[in-house]
Amino acid sequence: MYHLPDKNGYFGNFGGRFIPETLMPALKELEDAYRTLKEDKDFKKELDYYLKNYAGRPTPLYFARNLSERFKGARIFLKREDLLHTGAHKINNTLGQVLLAKKMGKKRIIAETGAGQHGVATATACAVLGLECVVYMGRKDMERQRVNILKMKLLGAEVRVVDSGSRTLKDAINEAIRDWVTNVRTTYYCLGSVVGPHPYPVMVRDFQSIIGHETRQQIKEIAGRMPDILIACVGGGSNAIGFFYPFLDTKVKLLGVEAGGLGLYSGKHSATLAKGKIGVLHGTMSFVLQDKDGQIMPTHSIAPGLDYPGVGPEHAYLKTSKRVNYTHCRDRDAIHAFKILSETEGIIPALESAHAVYVGICEAKKMSDDNISIINLSGRGDKDLGIMEGVE
Amino acid sequence: MSRIAGVFKNLAERNESALITYITAGYPGIESSIDYIRTLARYADMIEIGIPFSDPIADGRTIQYSSYCALKNGISISKIFGMIEPLNLGKPIIFMSYLNPIIAFGVEKFFKKMKAAGTSGLIVPDLVIEESGILRDSAQRYAIDLIYLIAPTSDEKRIKMIGEISEGFVYCVSVTGTTGARERLPADLFSFVKKVKSIVKKPVVVGFGISDTDQIKALSRFVDGVVIGSRLIEIIQNREDLNLYLKKFKEATIRSCVSGHL
Repeated sequence: MYHLPDKNGYFGNFGGRFIPETLMPALKELEDAYRTLKEDKDFKKELDYYLKNYAGRPTPLYFARNLSERFKGARIFLKREDLLHTGAHKINNTLGQVLLAKKMGKKRIIAETGAGQHGVATATACAVLGLECVVYMGRKDMERQRVNILKMKLLGAEVRVVDSGSRTLKDAINEAIRDWVTNVRTTYYCLGSVVGPHPYPVMVRDFQSIIGHETRQQIKEIAGRMPDILIACVGGGSNAIGFFYPFLDTKVKLLGVEAGGLGLYSGKHSATLAKGKIGVLHGTMSFVLQDKDGQIMPTHSIAPGLDYPGVGPEHAYLKTSKRVNYTHCRDRDAIHAFKILSETEGIIPALESAHAVYVGICEAKKMSDDNISIINLSGRGDKDLGIMEGVE
Repeated sequence: MSRIAGVFKNLAERNESALITYITAGYPGIESSIDYIRTLARYADMIEIGIPFSDPIADGRTIQYSSYCALKNGISISKIFGMIEPLNLGKPIIFMSYLNPIIAFGVEKFFKKMKAAGTSGLIVPDLVIEESGILRDSAQRYAIDLIYLIAPTSDEKRIKMIGEISEGFVYCVSVTGTTGARERLPADLFSFVKKVKSIVKKPVVVGFGISDTDQIKALSRFVDGVVIGSRLIEIIQNREDLNLYLKKFKEATIRSCVSGHL
């Protein structure tokens, strides 16, 4: 049986809490509150209510017949997280965390965002649950995700521009941590992925694992059996962990797809598990894209949500324990898959999810129609039309 | 007794608190930062040298900027050792580094080089006592003091544990927040440091936010040392006379015979 993390927040050699002392009491408070509330019937009932009636769960498991027939391989199913309110899986986590924060008596929520999806999902949860929301976003990301900034503002959030470092997601996290260190007594930090210090990786995984739990039940109803392979994209890795986690104890093949950018030897990618070294970033021990002096390297991906030099510690563990395989997909292949899925199925995927779609197609081609492959379609592509316009 | 502990003992006998001055290695330039370190050593009781990191989460704007510049200047841990080794300052040197550059350099190799370069202590702002295992054995092997931080949010139990584990001294963070000079220190700072003093048996040093002689004077009545960092970087940035400031800062750590209270 899989029982990780341990009580100190470690998945094997990965995880832990590498943060300033100021935050340590807050992390312990959070851990205690989470441990109590996750077993609390009223909390679960309230979260289920919002997930069902507000976010739109369960999401369908859709048989992509046209896509499957086109490539004459495995039967491809899509887990439709793109149909959720706010357009991606991020809302599973933010509803959970913001509700938790409210129960803890916190009045002010802070969050970081890269693509803007987690920012929008946090602002949304804060709007419906009535809490103050501040979102940190790098200036570079603000320039490429203008619509999401407008959304966050409409939802009542304050968006703070981050001008330090590379002015992208990692710097937005730095700034959110600095805010948290300063306002720790009143503020709750709603982290958007399975990264950061314990208990974030386990907590975000638990909130996201509804994706895998539903998938397991749905495929059993549809096909009467387990799938052969699951495929998901990995930036920080929250949609992938949520999708994979309920299958870790099975024999189902699990495949994570990192952002290969312009290729792994170009130096312009975000393939942390493939090319990173073990280190500490944002409070957790994991693989990190860094130079020989341990300075964090700039990353690149056409998908802003994958553009991050770290990765969740549980993925680092699952890679080294070989339970999950990890591969990568380049920008141009993701663009290709983005178009194919739009044309064949009438579904415009997020560029992040398109990475998983591309690898999903490649894997399906190696199999026959006796096989079942499920791709986690973590988000929809409306937000990426501007980027695609630039590509044309 | 470690070298750092020895300095505190001597200062206590002279009725002074320790002036610990911080500078980012490689700022404003690699050569000029060596000159500044020499200047600091003329006045300070201990020198804290920051190893720059690309993502300094515990630092405010000033040290973020000095770290950024130092990295642009091409500073690295190897170069810092090269800078420090020939200096022979006659004052203990304490490194301040985030964990990742140390891991990348190699933990064992890092402490070995620290000893060879004659440095005495290490402060790691993203290392809490629960994770101390990653550095502890190597630090002990090379007799480097691992100095831990106590925050205003640390409860009595944690203060006690940190006080037991920390070597050389404990570093009290004056505010919930990042580094950076502040005009006013928090009102509850004095009750906080008094509490720490009553629990911890080792020298207690206060840092973060300290910007002028009045603050140093007031704090020196209660604690064994003060760290001044961002303010010094600002003085260097503004091209003001560093000697003049350092002289005043050191004078402010000398407790006057006239007893007073706040």
